[in-house]
Amino acid sequence: MNWIEIFRSGISTGTVLLIASIGEILTERSGIQNLGVEGMMLLGAMAGFKVAYQTGNVWLGLLAAIAAGGLLSLAHALVTIHFQADQTVSGLSLTFLGTGLALVLGEGLTGLTAPVIPSASIPLLSKIPYLGPVAFANHNLLVYFGYLLVPLTWYYINRTRPGLHLRAVGENPAAADTLGVNIYRTRYIYTFLGGCFAGLAGAAISVAIAPGWYSNLTVNGQGFIAVALVIFASWNPWRAALGGYLFGVLRRFTLDLQGPRMLLGLANPFFFNTNLVFFLQMAPYILTIIALIWGSSAARKKRIGSPAALGVPYQRGERGL
Amino acid sequence: MKIPYPVLLKRHEDYPKWLPVVTSVGAVLLAFIISGIVLAATGANPFTVYSYFFKASFGSWGAFSDVIVKATPLLLIGLGCSLAFKMRLWNIGAEGQFFIGAFLASAVVMVPLVNLETTPRWAVIALMMLLGMAGGALWGFIPGYLKAKLSINEVIITLMLNYVAILWNNYWIFGTWSEAGFQMTKTFPRSAWLPRLADFADKIPAFSGMTAHAGILFGIIAAIIVYQIIYKSKWGYKITLIGDNPRAARYAGIDIARNTILVFMVSGALAGLAGMTEVSGVVHRLQERISTSYGFSGVIVAWLAKLNPFAVILVSILFGALLVASREIQPSGISFLIQGITLFLVISSDVLLKYEIKWVRPSQETAQ
Repeated sequence: MNWIEIFRSGISTGTVLLIASIGEILTERSGIQNLGVEGMMLLGAMAGFKVAYQTGNVWLGLLAAIAAGGLLSLAHALVTIHFQADQTVSGLSLTFLGTGLALVLGEGLTGLTAPVIPSASIPLLSKIPYLGPVAFANHNLLVYFGYLLVPLTWYYINRTRPGLHLRAVGENPAAADTLGVNIYRTRYIYTFLGGCFAGLAGAAISVAIAPGWYSNLTVNGQGFIAVALVIFASWNPWRAALGGYLFGVLRRFTLDLQGPRMLLGLANPFFFNTNLVFFLQMAPYILTIIALIWGSSAARKKRIGSPAALGVPYQRGERGL
Repeated sequence: MKIPYPVLLKRHEDYPKWLPVVTSVGAVLLAFIISGIVLAATGANPFTVYSYFFKASFGSWGAFSDVIVKATPLLLIGLGCSLAFKMRLWNIGAEGQFFIGAFLASAVVMVPLVNLETTPRWAVIALMMLLGMAGGALWGFIPGYLKAKLSINEVIITLMLNYVAILWNNYWIFGTWSEAGFQMTKTFPRSAWLPRLADFADKIPAFSGMTAHAGILFGIIAAIIVYQIIYKSKWGYKITLIGDNPRAARYAGIDIARNTILVFMVSGALAGLAGMTEVSGVVHRLQERISTSYGFSGVIVAWLAKLNPFAVILVSILFGALLVASREIQPSGISFLIQGITLFLVISSDVLLKYEIKWVRPSQETAQ
């Protein structure tokens, strides 16, 4: 097994989860939980691929994906913020809506080829032994965007004034309201941003990491994993990055596990019984569950919880929390 | 804060009984209109599609029998979801519970657990039902336990378990139980088949070719039981109280953790039974595509029926029709689209139940 390649590809696939999780962190920090990431990602993947194919310009594809995810998220925003609907049900219907729209509008795209995001190596950094080829060589540009996104979001949330407002809205909307922060507007903005990131994450699949449109198998549950990662990450971008890359590595590792005839000096069961592959494919989902169990006990120990107002609609004049 | 739109929401104390019916029906109609616009935008003629829709699902008794076949799992799953949602437990894992139920029910035939030659048909079927429900309950227990003991978000757990269940089934149908390398088990012997209308064709010729099976009866019985539980029993009162006001429930000494696990298991058992009826009543084998997202459509069915078990019967028939029609309709995503839009409109329309809506002039608004 080629470990450099496993980690390299792990970082590349992990970028998808990273981008989607960071978007969801922003949304949830404002007190809105959006379980529709899967639907927004699928719509983004479709829009990105379709526009890139039709215009021949992959950047326009990215823009379309961002717009598609963002626009779809507004449905969730309207229903949960203004109509105060249950966020779980609304998020779920967003997944349906996004999936339906993507399948209808993506009709006939299967099997086509569209331009993809270019790859590049970072001078000097790519020469570092081990780390260079894993992290800085021949990655598509979205991977590097992911590297920048993590510290920037962390800084934005924790060290800037709008970030402070964002946290206030998610933790104690009534207090934030008294301080003159517009709760509704804040929540709209970050739900929309979360949608944009989800759309971008979808396009990161369809025009960069696994180019092509494979109907609803394009995203195949990664949106839900991204939502789970947010909980695992305790709403912290750094931990979301760690989780995303870890999942990426695991994904690639389980694929590569089927390759060699011998494993640690023993006959490789995954090579000889191809049906055991199904158990390998379960790994990301089971790992998500384990990560949640682990994350929940860690959160209890360190007393970090979800944003206090997460999932609670806000209306002025009513006693909130 | 300036109210960004000239509408004021005032909390309703109570609403007339007909209002939820009107909003639900309105939501469905509006969903069809909006989906029609999307269809038109993609170049299809929505009127042709919809008239085809109607013909394919209600055009004849045979077609209606197909609708009942599709409605059966939706009904059972929708009932399970209704019970769980009543307690505000988001069981989105009916899909997985369905598959594990189908798996364990199939085990009766595939292992086999009983001698299929000598055991009477009713006993085989009863055992399959029991194991189907046990499988679903087991798959419901996991998120229930994690929610009750570690307060872990059940939505994510149930979603992840869906994938695990499907892969678990794949392992068996691609491998150990595979029939001659195909991705399915052998056909079950007749003793493991639920009775179908077509079985009575020699007595009532009109039934020939009709595939509606006894599962729909289980569904209707289950609807009566779930209705009794929710509205007539002490347990149902507790469930509703926990859902509406967990703090009050805790003060009243209700064991929330225990009820969380229990409700999750019952909800899962109903989905597991749906899996059993599908393998025993429809395909007569375990195979890959036994569900066309029944688990998720069941969520919508429950919500559209406002968690009322008898309304679930009607709504599941409507959605059964949607599934039957969408089998042959292109583009294939259209049924997802209609379901998504419907659910959105339904939850949006709930605002009409909670609030009285008043249009206000901007001058009034500033006076607020």
